[in-house]
Amino acid sequence: MRPPELIKISPVIWELPVSYKTGMRVPARIYATEKLIDQMDSGVFDQVSNVAMLPGIVNYSFCMPDGHWGYGFPIGGVAAMDTDDGVISPGGIGFDINCGMRLMLTSLTYDELKPKLHKLVDKLFNNVPTGVGEKSRYAISKSDFRKVMINGSRWCIENGFGWQEDLLRTEETGCIDGADPSKVSDKAVERGYHQLGTLGSGNHYLEIQVVKRESIFDAKTAESIGIFPDQVVIMFHCGSRGFGHQIATDYLRVFLKAMPEYGISVPDRELACAPFRSGVGQDYFSAMKCAINMSFANRQMIAHQVREVFADVFGVSAIRLSIHQVYDIAHNTAKLEYHDVNGVRKRLLVHRKGSTRAFGPDMEGIPQEYKKTGQPVIIGGSMETGSYLLSGVKSGKQTFYSTTHGSGRVMSRKQARKQFRGKELQMRMEKEGIYTRSVSYGGLAEEAGKAYKNIDDVIDAASMAGISHPIVKFLPVGNIKG
Amino acid sequence: MPYKYIEDKFIADVAFEAWGGTREELFMAASDATAGLMVENLKNIENINENSENKIIELKETEIDMLLFDVLQELIFFKDAYQLICRFRNVKITSENKRIVFKGTAVGEKIDYKKHNLAVDVKAVTLHEFKVQYSNNLWKAHVVLDI
Repeated sequence: MRPPELIKISPVIWELPVSYKTGMRVPARIYATEKLIDQMDSGVFDQVSNVAMLPGIVNYSFCMPDGHWGYGFPIGGVAAMDTDDGVISPGGIGFDINCGMRLMLTSLTYDELKPKLHKLVDKLFNNVPTGVGEKSRYAISKSDFRKVMINGSRWCIENGFGWQEDLLRTEETGCIDGADPSKVSDKAVERGYHQLGTLGSGNHYLEIQVVKRESIFDAKTAESIGIFPDQVVIMFHCGSRGFGHQIATDYLRVFLKAMPEYGISVPDRELACAPFRSGVGQDYFSAMKCAINMSFANRQMIAHQVREVFADVFGVSAIRLSIHQVYDIAHNTAKLEYHDVNGVRKRLLVHRKGSTRAFGPDMEGIPQEYKKTGQPVIIGGSMETGSYLLSGVKSGKQTFYSTTHGSGRVMSRKQARKQFRGKELQMRMEKEGIYTRSVSYGGLAEEAGKAYKNIDDVIDAASMAGISHPIVKFLPVGNIKG
Repeated sequence: MPYKYIEDKFIADVAFEAWGGTREELFMAASDATAGLMVENLKNIENINENSENKIIELKETEIDMLLFDVLQELIFFKDAYQLICRFRNVKITSENKRIVFKGTAVGEKIDYKKHNLAVDVKAVTLHEFKVQYSNNLWKAHVVLDI
């Protein structure tokens, strides 16, 4: 239910003024069409306005078109903080630090895939560890894991788990500087050191998708990336697993205790925060970077396993199958970036929780090969409806170059379980040409397409608002889930 | 079952209410509500046998709500660190030098995909609307878990 104070700024931008709630330092802006704004739950308006109260927030508290009720921040929340007097908040990043998406191409066409689809999905399901508490196939020592914390995907490439070019096509080249393992608890290491190369569960998945000719919206850019009609591509979604979850939990407690010392009070304990420049703020930032690097490495190890499975099933090498990575980009993170604020270039700490960075053409920090097109933005939809590749655009400046990250749920997990039966859903999807394997029928039911907003509506809103540009939509044909 | 999941409010995550006549009962109910999200047939873990793994837990906190937060977080830690789905037994909550002390045995089984109907990976206990209250002779908790 939209609040009466909500002001329509444009057909896709809505604003809650600072008068909406006592303590708001900046207005809140929500990106949505009329249809999407009506689908948003009351939690979005409450939480996006709570975020507007955080010290040092610049311009606006944002919520993206896929926004929905979260904890602390809404999912889809974006907040840029002044690095001199602003805060850092684990709740603005999420427990799954650096959760993100990776997209890989193949030279295969759908016709070439079809006879081997079941074998391929079955083998991916058997080889990529998936589901509750699942362990890595690789025996990685705690000492090696320490190297992963510092070097991220680079550690994987140095140890033969990927190609050098993968690094160039990963945000931060797969390794963010400044990670400090001494700021990470033993508990976090114990929880996550054996989870490298695992998918997890919930909305985490690995999908085989197909490009339909009619779903290519920008043929020139698609071609420049190596995308062609009827092509088979691979997309997956996962994060920093138990390691990142524990770091976020550890620092949530630290920040709760530290807040009175800095005279900070928040309307929701999940917004616990500390000044970015403070000791605890910097400790968390350094620990969080370890989780960022672990997450890049986790997806790199999955990419390696995917290449092995494709090579085995098709009987030719991954190189001959041209399994090149398009990009790897996170949607749960806080990063230091330079942005124009009222004509002044400022260094800001941009929190994105369920929002993807979408740097426009020519911006620093994106691979040379994407300088003309803008940064690739990978948007995972529901397992029934499809996913998108977008690019960043110059007009993305309005949201500190942030856009949507997925479809956004409209139905709770428990409601979805009541409404759908996992086994029936699996059979129906197979009739529709999507072969799915999951360790949990209940978990599968929770991820039914109808539990999510229409991905096309979300992408339309992001495109109309000028925060990203659609290149191509991918349709799922195979899926593995935890 | 002294807990219930809240169906229509928290869309991407899962919330529950748990209750008990004593703090011990409340903590055991909230623990089962958490573990019950990870496996659908929690009763399978009820049949404690020679294959069960025990972990003795002792936690101290000044506030009862943060003590529950830590106890639930331990269950999530066991799931990832040791691949154990646990339920608490022999729970005692006492006071000691202005702190509240939880002692209990986490009794669990190694995750077995054939035996346990696995559900979802609980990532964390959140503090969003996290509450522990005592009224009308009943201890109650409201918890939102990140999925």
